[in-house]
Amino acid sequence: MSIILLIEQALNGLQFGVMLFLMAAGLTLIFGVMGLINLAHGSLYMVGAFAAAATAAATGSFLLALVASLVFAAFAGVIVETVVIRRLYDRDHLDQVLATFALVLMFSEGTRWAFGSFPLFLDKPEWLSGTVMLPFGIEYSLYRLTIILVGLAVAAGLFWMIARTRIGIRIRAGENDREMIAALGVNISMLYTLVFALGAALAGFAGALIGAIQSVQVGMGEPVLILAFVVIVIGGIGSIKGAFVGAILVGMTDTLGRQLLPMFFGLFMEPAAATSTGASLASMAIYLLMAGVLLFRPKGLFGGA
Amino acid sequence: MKFKSLVMAASMAAMAAAGAVQAEGVKVGMITTLSGGGAGLGIDVRDGFMLAVNQAGRSDLEVVIEDDQRKPDIAVQLADKMIQSEKVDVMTGIIWSNLAMAVVPAATAQGKIYLSPNAGPSPLAGKGCHQNYFNVAWQNDNLHEAAGAYANGDGLKNSFILAPNYPAGKDALTGYKRFYEGDLAGEVYTKLGQTDYAAEIAQIRASGADSVYFFLPGGMGISFLKQYADSGVDLPVVGPAFSFDQGILQAVGDAALGVKNTSQWNKDIDNAANAAFVASFQEAYGRLPSLYASQGFDTANLLISAMDKADIKDGDAFRAALKAAEFDSVRGDFKFGANNHPIQNIYVREVIKEGDVYTNKIIATGLTDHADAYAADCKM
Repeated sequence: MSIILLIEQALNGLQFGVMLFLMAAGLTLIFGVMGLINLAHGSLYMVGAFAAAATAAATGSFLLALVASLVFAAFAGVIVETVVIRRLYDRDHLDQVLATFALVLMFSEGTRWAFGSFPLFLDKPEWLSGTVMLPFGIEYSLYRLTIILVGLAVAAGLFWMIARTRIGIRIRAGENDREMIAALGVNISMLYTLVFALGAALAGFAGALIGAIQSVQVGMGEPVLILAFVVIVIGGIGSIKGAFVGAILVGMTDTLGRQLLPMFFGLFMEPAAATSTGASLASMAIYLLMAGVLLFRPKGLFGGA
Repeated sequence: MKFKSLVMAASMAAMAAAGAVQAEGVKVGMITTLSGGGAGLGIDVRDGFMLAVNQAGRSDLEVVIEDDQRKPDIAVQLADKMIQSEKVDVMTGIIWSNLAMAVVPAATAQGKIYLSPNAGPSPLAGKGCHQNYFNVAWQNDNLHEAAGAYANGDGLKNSFILAPNYPAGKDALTGYKRFYEGDLAGEVYTKLGQTDYAAEIAQIRASGADSVYFFLPGGMGISFLKQYADSGVDLPVVGPAFSFDQGILQAVGDAALGVKNTSQWNKDIDNAANAAFVASFQEAYGRLPSLYASQGFDTANLLISAMDKADIKDGDAFRAALKAAEFDSVRGDFKFGANNHPIQNIYVREVIKEGDVYTNKIIATGLTDHADAYAADCKM
């Protein structure tokens, strides 16, 4: 295997990780601040993708589609939070899981009712198509490179917001002691709605970015949601930094595992058996990673002590 | 169910019109995928099937439709319910091979006729064949075998092949390799339901292949094709029709144009039954039919042709009537082999754009009067 292939796969892993971070950031914020397990986060990802596909079909503009994904997902987030989620903060996690699972079903069937069961078309714009030549003669998809850069920029913006702005201070305070910041006069229900909308917008944005190179269809959010949960468990629940490190780790493990494990088994097995064993093990790799991390850091890499 | 009541109403109207009640009716239980991922396939099969039922307008044919959500456990529960409390005579509808393996052996063992409109797992064609099981679509390997044969004729010598890591994926690559004579640049099994293929595309780029063969049904194929088109790899791509059916093509867009794929049916097959089917399907549902819809339509017409010749209560006569397959298949010539699987032509199609709509046209015949490789193992 050439070093160029390895670098290309590392870039692919990075791109996958950055995309997972957009999902996991919202999930971990919502859990950290409100203590809520939100299974409907994958549905907001789907809402973003569908909003983008519908907008792109109507206007032909990819940038407008991205804006629509942010707006619609945030809007859906606000509605869901004020109508349903707000009543769940004081309940235990089982009630939250049940209620948000019901939301998943309603979002899925509602989307099917509105858009039909056939996948929608959403494509990247002309100016992001094709490939670019990176140093060392690596040919790489321009769109994937853009996803990496945009994702890193969003991550940087998120860190800045949490560390430097007033809203960030409130979010951190909310994670530490909810009752106390309410007692200090912060409008806590406003803060919750805001955090939820922020998480929803990030998920919707990820859905639109990824929808352009995958398929926009009902149920597209659930597989990503599972990975996002793995990410926040590895990173430590509630930690944005943990979500970032966890997402990159999961992205790299998954992508490089798919490349390297079949080759590894090929060293001492029949080719057909090696590809099939390697593929099976590669799909388990991230869960093995999660188990390994939890063995040594039961609260995740950056979980609170 | 909406369709159930619709059919009941249609049946009642027909009865009133004819003023005669026939002796014994046939009750059909359809279990198919109507929600969740892959619902497009089940909906097409259902719509094709019901189109034929409505066109026949028979008072002695009742259809019960249930949604399996693509989950084997739910399919098994529904099958039990249909057999025990609904007392259906004939079952049909299952899309996915793993669901078919969970339902079909039990249903046929209980004396129910099962007509498969889609799934054709190899065990049911070989050692596990049953006199009550008829496959009206294809054995799973068939379309892939035709693709392998086509690759030879097209001078492809070094294919990179990939499929999901599940039984039908392994059947697919086995089928391709059975007819393909060149070398393999690589063979990759991906995770079922995977949506990102960057890693696999990078391997294709590095492999030195001269062509790519892939079996990735549903949303997996959409993702793969879009990412492949954007990767700068421009090797020719060949696939089975499952990634290029009418429902999927519109979501893939230009990325699919020119791709060769293999199918037993296409809307431009020239016969009267097919022309009438394509026109009436478009009129009834406002979209072009897919190969799944054609399979649903043929399944219903096969059943109706058997009902004309024999009584469902007379098992041997009814099975013989089914096996004769005397109906006008929309794919042209159609007959059953010894193991109740089709013997039919498999065509090579190319994805084209007609106005604003992406669709397929037939460019060659891949395999003529093709049976499956497992028939010899079937002891019926």
